[in-house]
Amino acid sequence: MYKFFGKYVPYLFLIPAIILLAVFFFIPFFQTLGLSVTDYSNGLYSPEFCGLRNYLEVIKDPVFLKVLGNTFLFLVLVVPFLTIFPLFVAILINQKLRGINIYKVLIYLPVVVSIVVCAIAFKWLYAQDGILNYFLSLIGILPVGWLTDTQFALISVAIVTAWKGVGYYMIIYLAALMSVPKELYEACEIDGANSFQKHMAVSIPHLIPVIALVSTISAISAMKVFAEIYVMTKGGPLNSSKTIVYYIYERAFENLDLGMASAMAVILLLIVLAMSAVNIFCFERDKYKL
Amino acid sequence: MKIKNILSHILLISLSIFALFPFLWLISTSLKGGGENIFAYPPRFIPTDFTFENYIGVWGKVDFIRYFINSFVVAVATVVLNLIFSSMAAYPLARMEFKGKKILFFAILATIMIPFQAIMLPIYLIILKLNLTDTAGIVNGYLGLILPFAVNAFGIFLMRQAFLTIPRELEEAAVVDGCNAFQIFTKVLLPMVKPTLAILAIFTFIGSWSEFLWPSIVLTDEKMFTLPVGINNLQGLFSSNWRYIAAGSIISLFPIIVFFLSLQRYFVSGENEGAVKG
Repeated sequence: MYKFFGKYVPYLFLIPAIILLAVFFFIPFFQTLGLSVTDYSNGLYSPEFCGLRNYLEVIKDPVFLKVLGNTFLFLVLVVPFLTIFPLFVAILINQKLRGINIYKVLIYLPVVVSIVVCAIAFKWLYAQDGILNYFLSLIGILPVGWLTDTQFALISVAIVTAWKGVGYYMIIYLAALMSVPKELYEACEIDGANSFQKHMAVSIPHLIPVIALVSTISAISAMKVFAEIYVMTKGGPLNSSKTIVYYIYERAFENLDLGMASAMAVILLLIVLAMSAVNIFCFERDKYKL
Repeated sequence: MKIKNILSHILLISLSIFALFPFLWLISTSLKGGGENIFAYPPRFIPTDFTFENYIGVWGKVDFIRYFINSFVVAVATVVLNLIFSSMAAYPLARMEFKGKKILFFAILATIMIPFQAIMLPIYLIILKLNLTDTAGIVNGYLGLILPFAVNAFGIFLMRQAFLTIPRELEEAAVVDGCNAFQIFTKVLLPMVKPTLAILAIFTFIGSWSEFLWPSIVLTDEKMFTLPVGINNLQGLFSSNWRYIAAGSIISLFPIIVFFLSLQRYFVSGENEGAVKG
């Protein structure tokens, strides 16, 4: 039937999106690749092709190695928590209780609040003479330099990311839980299972694809962490809380080292691309109707 | 059964406190006057020297209205452009056969996999080249904040999915009635996907409203600051005056809290999880 519309019609509808995606995705994508093999050390106006030299420089840069390690440590701190904890919250909240909707709203609230405000709020909790150290002192622990101690800074940032993500992943799990057939729970009840056994036997197996989905999307977003670090630590002290996006930002916009920043961007791109490909082709096929 | 319910309530209340505690402590600090030590041990939740002075003080020193307007203009424009361009692009992808459809489809899908953070440097160079920075005036400044996010593949796929669920017969009937493709799009298809448009609008708005990385790269003029950039800037303005920083942060929350509470069912019903990006 679409012959009625003429050959050009589909393209007319697609043009605005194609232009925008070309200018703000595809061209920058290829430019990133281009910049990563370009040397700007003779000034911004005399670029020179330099092969993989920027990459070599990146790999030899001790800060980059530190940053890469931090990024993976950050993932290890955040991803298991965000995969497991929101699942329990979702099971807890998937009940018929008075006021259940109020709980949902309150637990979800940090998701919609700007990360800047969240980070400022935590910075205040983390203050040297702050309330968190007071709570610790109650159980006899000496004050911790949450954001000033190289051992703690990255953990402190990860706590904010983890805390802010709970509501988001809770809702994803909740949606999946609501689609578990009720009959399965009823069958369990007839067999005399308690609610813990019910969830172990029915909910968890049913949710395995969603658990896989949550672990990949939380890993992808953990790879991109930036604002928490920018607001709270600026990557410090001594690079201890610097992750890859922050370092790219610093190299690109503060040091104007376009080549090295782009080489790191390509490395980030490859990691995230691999994760996203797994996610889209394994867990989200339905969403994109592939 | 009863005991189980009580236990659930206790756990849920603890979780709610866990979610809200950082904000509650910020509110408490923002209401403490100069006569009260905000570092007192043990910390006090209810201010002894209760005052709104910090709010008045920070309101007088920082142009929140300006930040708010900037954020609002950018978010609304981003939403409108996304609704138009995403649904336009989704229509042929869902409903028409044409040359290059497969390639386009995967090209758009690929943009989902490219993290913005990896290509932000060339995007910045493009924005500079197009002269869309705040140094070139207010409209250019806004465009520089809006255009990189004016369409995104998530929106296109969301709309495509919605169009796919509409029965073909409706379009066929419209063709018999003499509608052209554009009329089918605006009069038949769009009215049927209003709920999806609403979801796209809400989540695009939230995304734009809380965007921090891009505005902090492109903005140089304080008059152009969006709320997140402006709030981050409070830390520099009032270095150690936590009463002011706290009050300013809380002020910035009002619009988004109102927005969230009035549309909360879209966020927490669990039906729209596919709409949000991670």
